[in-house]
Amino acid sequence: MAKLENSLKNMVLSLTVITVVVGALLGYVASVTEEPIAKAAEAKQQSAIVSVVPVEGAVVGEAQNVTTENGKPAVVFPVTKDGKLVGTAVQAVSKNGFGGDIVVMFGFDPEGVIMGYSVLDCSNETPGLGAKMPDWFQKGAKGDVIGKNPAKNNITVSKDGGEVDAITAATISSRAFCDAIAQAYGVLPKNAPEAETSATKQAEAVADSVSECVNEVAAK
Amino acid sequence: MSKLGIIINGIIKENPTFVLLLGMCPTLGTTSSAINGMSMGLATMAVLICSNFVISCVKGLIPDKVHIPCYIVIIAGFVTVVQLLIKAYAPAVDETLGLFIPLIVVNCIVLGRAESFAAKNGPLDSACDGIGIGLGFTLALTLLGLCRELLGAGTAFNQPVYPEQFGALTFVLAPGAFITLAYLSALFNKFIKK
Repeated sequence: MAKLENSLKNMVLSLTVITVVVGALLGYVASVTEEPIAKAAEAKQQSAIVSVVPVEGAVVGEAQNVTTENGKPAVVFPVTKDGKLVGTAVQAVSKNGFGGDIVVMFGFDPEGVIMGYSVLDCSNETPGLGAKMPDWFQKGAKGDVIGKNPAKNNITVSKDGGEVDAITAATISSRAFCDAIAQAYGVLPKNAPEAETSATKQAEAVADSVSECVNEVAAK
Repeated sequence: MSKLGIIINGIIKENPTFVLLLGMCPTLGTTSSAINGMSMGLATMAVLICSNFVISCVKGLIPDKVHIPCYIVIIAGFVTVVQLLIKAYAPAVDETLGLFIPLIVVNCIVLGRAESFAAKNGPLDSACDGIGIGLGFTLALTLLGLCRELLGAGTAFNQPVYPEQFGALTFVLAPGAFITLAYLSALFNKFIKK
């Protein structure tokens, strides 16, 4: 097949036709995949809620959009069983990850004890290091945070004087994880009245110390 | 050259990673584990086959002076299609590869094959070349990922082989990628040259 001649008309025409055809194809694929993508994101969120608030027969309540102290959006899901609050799932963002934001869903019981967590996005962390986050802090693992209460326990990495063992060679990611806990705890609806004031103060203190550490790291 | 010959040529004689040393960015970036390497290889292969085929079909309709922009638009189109499909039907893969999928557009293997093969050969031969080069890339990335995972984390395809504390962390990090790639391509070339 002979090549088309390099005239302006031919060049404009072939480029236009190709971009229009590719654009139409992309539009079609995007419209077809829009629903599955939204569904996949929702399914991931729902399964994350169920895994962080492990109560059988619980019902996930309506989502509330809030903003955490670091200015990032967070979502709070109350989880109830037979009309009683059994836990709260909070999806929070820490912007202190090694390569940007990390998104984690935490489950707190009504007293504020961490029941579970599920990392929704740590794709900017180093594979094999910071990206171990989804397993490292689980129950029975080295950096176990399950069963700790941010109001009573010092949820920072041990290098900063806290109780959490950081991921080997990924202290920044671990700090970001602790920061995410503080962010999530900060927006937890206060429904334990007697613990309210002290818990809030301590949570703020934790959040402050974490952000201080991070600032130090950044300064270095 | 027969169709099978074209495919084998892509896997061995013109292996994009070990012989042509093309597309080093995803090669070094995504091979921290065997599964990641394999997924990246397969995604690239899908794009290569489609873009090679289509470019070979339309090559006569494109004036020489604008062929690069035209090829890139076609390639970028397929990459976006692959990205959307992965997002919709394999969210787990999207999570691990996320950032690297759009980068297939600028992977020099894809444009390189379009220029050096698809622009000179028929559509079917070009698709076969896409399969061959794609398989070669996938095998190389899987092998590279496997070595790094095994030496660095003590696992193979996420199955523990030996306790993690004996692994050399370097291999999971960037320097390990360069070291492993160098040794593997040296070995590969030694056996091919014979």
